[in-house]
Amino acid sequence: MRVSVALVGGIVLAVLLVPPLVQLDQQAVDLGAKLLPPSWSHPFGTDDLGRDLLLRCIYGLRVSLLVGVAAALTATVIGTAVGATAGALGGWVDRGVMRVVDTVASVPHLLLGIFIVAMFRPGLWPVVVSVALTHWLSTARIVRAEVLSLRSHPYIDAAVSGGASRWRVAVRHLLPAVLPQAALAAALMVPHAMWHESALSFLGLGLPTHMASLGNLIQDARGSLLAGQWWPTLFPGLFIIVPTLAIAGLAGAWRERINPRRRSELML
Amino acid sequence: MARLAGRRLLFAAPVLLVVTFGVFAIAAASPFDPVKAYAGTAALGADTETLERLRENLGVDQPFTSRWWHWLTSALGGDLGQSSVMRQPVSQVIGERLVWSSLLCAVAFVVAVLTGTVLGVLAARRPGSVVDRVVTSLAYSLEAAPVFWLALLAVWLFALQLGVLPAGGLTDTASERVTPSQVASHLVLPAGVLAVSQLPWFTLYVRQGVGDALAEDPVRGARARGLSERTVLLGHALRSGLLPVLTLVGSRVPELITGALLVESVFSWPGIAAATVEAATAVDFPLLAALTTLATAAVLVGNLFADLLYGLFDPRVKFSDM
Repeated sequence: MRVSVALVGGIVLAVLLVPPLVQLDQQAVDLGAKLLPPSWSHPFGTDDLGRDLLLRCIYGLRVSLLVGVAAALTATVIGTAVGATAGALGGWVDRGVMRVVDTVASVPHLLLGIFIVAMFRPGLWPVVVSVALTHWLSTARIVRAEVLSLRSHPYIDAAVSGGASRWRVAVRHLLPAVLPQAALAAALMVPHAMWHESALSFLGLGLPTHMASLGNLIQDARGSLLAGQWWPTLFPGLFIIVPTLAIAGLAGAWRERINPRRRSELML
Repeated sequence: MARLAGRRLLFAAPVLLVVTFGVFAIAAASPFDPVKAYAGTAALGADTETLERLRENLGVDQPFTSRWWHWLTSALGGDLGQSSVMRQPVSQVIGERLVWSSLLCAVAFVVAVLTGTVLGVLAARRPGSVVDRVVTSLAYSLEAAPVFWLALLAVWLFALQLGVLPAGGLTDTASERVTPSQVASHLVLPAGVLAVSQLPWFTLYVRQGVGDALAEDPVRGARARGLSERTVLLGHALRSGLLPVLTLVGSRVPELITGALLVESVFSWPGIAAATVEAATAVDFPLLAALTTLATAAVLVGNLFADLLYGLFDPRVKFSDM
């Protein structure tokens, strides 16, 4: 837990502070210093154009996190709206909406993402949209289940018999109670979205190369890897794993706080 | 059981219909132009009249709903259209490649399930022990690792540094025929990496299931009767602990397809998933549409499989109730 907090804090600080503080341009090409192995002056070594890999990784993480957070927020808004509507209205609306959710869920995420990106051409927005459109389903299910269980609570009955409108009950009473769950789902979605973006970028269907995300870095490093240089591949991958574990650790602690009964559930 | 399978298949049909319809709707909403994709660079110099005639010939002047209907009716007859990037009929592309993808996925899945069970049981045996902590933290780290990154590192280690396994492809470049031994040696790395990427999920669920079962009454009873630890663990705890996991196996098909997609493209494995990436890069709509439908069908079959397993292994479930 403490480790997770320290790691997430460190990641946020590095991503926010390093770019303005470092004078050196990350894109500065120095062919004299290409493919240097890790050393004191270049802790992660340099890539095939002599750029410092530690800086490239921090910038890459910045891009990946940006895409991840944007996509996760969009997906959470869609999922919460859909799930809350289905749960609050019930009846045929609920059945219809959940059938749509099941249908979209039966297309593998990455494949649907690839299809959307292929049709709209790779770029920042198609990637964010494709990740968001494939990730709102679980949030919709969670929020719907939560709303359904809340509906039978006495305070909702009290509000209804007190003359509150449907809309007021939904916005003032149901939504605040659902938010902790939605926030948890959003936090857990960030690493998922990052992973998704890096897979798309790795396949050459993601972000353009001038917006190097971690997936782009791994793709760029393929040539060097085949020549035997492992460091341009290894470090960007670690930059995906460590934030994922740190966010999962934090989200796990948050989940134990909001529903202590489900402690033993797996965090995947 | 046959009735359940039949009913699930009836439910699957509308899902496939909606998915194919959605695929056509997304394509219609996108800036993608089938005429320009068909004509390529020739479209740049052509006048509007020629392009219009081409548009009419290809049938793309009609609304996407009628194009979807046309595609659907010919797909049911086995004609999935022509792939522009592979320069052969889509059905032929799928037919040639499906076998290699199935081989890769099947081998990887069996390896992942077997290894995952062993590791999960080892970890569950003594919660909090060194073995448990090592297995659990390894599993979480591997779950967080991108599969294409693992694949690249595996190529570096096994093909470049140690030189023991080929780095990719189906056969050696010098070889003209596809022989079983060649395929086997080329299969080790991709299948191994795919198995490792599916392993953490399985290990953690087996650990959870067996761990929970070890704390329950039947196990306490078995211990009280003086049965050996081995019988208690494998005969009682594993049997009831594996049950919830088995039913989830079928629902892992999407992750398996995702993993195969990335692994195949790293190892140049001539499977169907690698074709998806090529189709997407070249915006080959007929191929992409067919592959998306195929993957959805695979997921639906996986779900059906999960339901059937659930009924087979849990005597409390009656098929008539499902």
